[in-house]
Amino acid sequence: MPFSANKYLKKYTEAAPLAAFRLFFGLMMFASIARFWANGWIEKLYIAPKFFFSYYGFEWVQPIGEYTYLIFVICGLSALAVAAGFKYRLSIILFFLSFTYIELLDKTTYLNHYYFISILSFLMIFLPANVYFSIDAWRDKGKSFQKVPAWCVDSIKLLLAIVYFYAGLAKLNSDWLLRAMPLKIWLPSKYDLPGLGDLMQQEWLHYAFSWSGMLYDLFIPFLLLWRRTRFAAFIMVIIFHVLTRVLFPIGMFPYIMIVSALIFFSAKQHHRILNFIAELFKFDKSRFDTSEVYQFPDVTGRIVRTVVVLFFAIQLLLPWRYLAYPGELFWTEEGFRFSWRVMLMEKAGYAQFKVVDGKTGNRFYVNNSDFLTPFQEKQMSFQPDFILQYAKFLEEHFRKDGHQNIEIYVENYVALNGRKSAPYIDPDVNLLNFADSFEHKEIILPFQDEIKGL
Amino acid sequence: MIKFSRLFIVFALIFAACSSEDDGTETGGETGGTDSFDRGAMLINWADNIIVPAYNNMAAKTQNVETAATAFTAAPDAAGFQQLREAYVDAYKSFQSVSMFQVGKAEEINYRSYLNTYPANTSNIDSKISSGSFNLELPSSFAEQGLPALDYLLFGMGTSEETVALYSSNENYRSYLNAVALRMNSLTAEVSNSWNGDYRDTFVSNTSSSSTGSVDKFTNDYVMYFEKILRSGKIGFPAGAFTGTASPSNVEARFNAEISRELYLEAVQSFEDFFYGRHFSGNGTGSSYKQYLEYLDSIKDGADLAGLIENQLDAIQSQSSSLETNLKSQVEKDNTKMLEAYDELQKAVILLKVDMMQALSISVDYVDSDGD
Repeated sequence: MPFSANKYLKKYTEAAPLAAFRLFFGLMMFASIARFWANGWIEKLYIAPKFFFSYYGFEWVQPIGEYTYLIFVICGLSALAVAAGFKYRLSIILFFLSFTYIELLDKTTYLNHYYFISILSFLMIFLPANVYFSIDAWRDKGKSFQKVPAWCVDSIKLLLAIVYFYAGLAKLNSDWLLRAMPLKIWLPSKYDLPGLGDLMQQEWLHYAFSWSGMLYDLFIPFLLLWRRTRFAAFIMVIIFHVLTRVLFPIGMFPYIMIVSALIFFSAKQHHRILNFIAELFKFDKSRFDTSEVYQFPDVTGRIVRTVVVLFFAIQLLLPWRYLAYPGELFWTEEGFRFSWRVMLMEKAGYAQFKVVDGKTGNRFYVNNSDFLTPFQEKQMSFQPDFILQYAKFLEEHFRKDGHQNIEIYVENYVALNGRKSAPYIDPDVNLLNFADSFEHKEIILPFQDEIKGL
Repeated sequence: MIKFSRLFIVFALIFAACSSEDDGTETGGETGGTDSFDRGAMLINWADNIIVPAYNNMAAKTQNVETAATAFTAAPDAAGFQQLREAYVDAYKSFQSVSMFQVGKAEEINYRSYLNTYPANTSNIDSKISSGSFNLELPSSFAEQGLPALDYLLFGMGTSEETVALYSSNENYRSYLNAVALRMNSLTAEVSNSWNGDYRDTFVSNTSSSSTGSVDKFTNDYVMYFEKILRSGKIGFPAGAFTGTASPSNVEARFNAEISRELYLEAVQSFEDFFYGRHFSGNGTGSSYKQYLEYLDSIKDGADLAGLIENQLDAIQSQSSSLETNLKSQVEKDNTKMLEAYDELQKAVILLKVDMMQALSISVDYVDSDGD
């Protein structure tokens, strides 16, 4: 039976899964923001640093001091409004903008799951997630619908499937599968896990975790999609993410993924969940069960579908951009971010910057902790784009201090996945001669080993 | 497709079953720690055989300094002066074996900064002596007390005859000297008492793998000590490694620089002994970083990191024999030897800070933000 795009676009489904997803997503986001605040991370990560590592092309996103708290307030409140389906379109746009603004402030804090939340909330702007089980639909009968185009629900499933599947592909490399790295470094350090500490020292376990992690990521989307394996797959989702939560400091992410995976369940299950909530809060869920079918207005529908198709085309292609760069991806990190390369490597570096007066030859070394937080220094020391940015910042700083003919060099060593540390950036090049760009950075010294695979 | 999926669900269930069973069976059968490294034992070796004896030794030495200073200032004479000088040199050497243990009480009271911030601020010391009013408890007075201040007070005032005469004739000098000796001893006693009291148990029982666990915290300090205090302080600054301009007055014990290489060697030796887990007294050795790294290497089939670090520490030792006993004159006469020493130290910094920290899976920062 050939797949017909036209037929598919005319397929409608219950809105309940989408509404439940909206509700849980909003609540999870609110909890994440509250947790972030309570941990004092707003101050520590976005206010205390003197210098921020901007994303290339997003240098205009600058910190705004104490007002950063305001962005978090907006982000948290809009997350709640999204959950309630209150002025949904406005709320989800506000959420997307405020959350993404925060993430763009400093790439030191880049995490795949923050990126996931950014793009997911972008996608949700275009989905009618508020037509069911929402304040918007409750207040205005004209905005209340029981069914939505099937692609709206499927697009969230597709995004989740991409995240998992690409994370699985990224694990198809010799370090992960044949050397069980970096789990071989990380797991033994969990020696004090109650009951599991000794097990974490076992080599077979490192391999078992590496391989099952890879298989899990590659196959879980399909197992969730197929009705007969769905329940078992969901159990696996829970086990997998709880295990990662126990082993690694990954905050809310496991819970977000577990709850997100509920979208794969049938509308019947979602009705049951929503019914339970409605009873809990003593309102009548049947008010939403109008049998009305939501249809995008003609032109809007066409625009929305185009945006969504483009969005997914980018999602599918972006992780492959590393193929355009020479050298080992893990070493150069050119094309590493935004590609679902999750917990793939253990990398550490040491970077000592030298400021030289090109005329007199006078030189001195920079104390990184004068300018960077320990977290920033750590991230900077093994990522070439950070190193170039930091060199530029140092030049500006010392020029204002009255230094002249400034040249900046770095003595830089990086260790990757348990290999002995090796020189990373060419120590003999003046970093100021190189601007950050999307081009390959010639200043990176070659990787002394080989990692096979994707 | 159906067969394919069933295969995986079987695999999945086996995996799920394994993970949940592990809690019970695996550890039940084992007596614990047969095949995994016992960090608690390492902490106990560190505390009982190295740190506590080293602090007790230091406390005895600063007590000697205080006693000698009291005796000398009560009746200044050449013999008493000689005794005081010897007690001070002894204490300076012993300090090299505790300086790296900046945890617990030492961290809380900033022990290292009060005992050994150098070069001493001689003009401030002079003016405080002449005014007769001073408060050594102020953090702003780091550079006006401790061992570098004694170095100035005992070796920076001319010949010994001149110095004895100065102390005989000047009450203010006597009282400042006494105050410095007294404070040094009371700070050391405070730290050593804390180790002999509750802190030892707190330290060894905190085997947590988190960033607040003893191993994590201590290792961060240990590596930082090597980089900032040993490499930069003792060699880097005087050699001008950071500025390109040598600065002999930054040598440790600059007024009695004859002991400067010995202080450096003591520090390197203490650092190395700690790495190997050698007991402070006697020839025993115990659980240490070396064993910990060898244990991890055996799992990881990576580079022999313990061996690499050992070789580099050896290289530092053997390079140091080409240095003069007086590092100040070494800087003035042939600074390239100092810069060579710096280069060897720098190689060790990279092995410790990048490779060892990675192997131990200890992060260099205390930021407890999320990973992914």
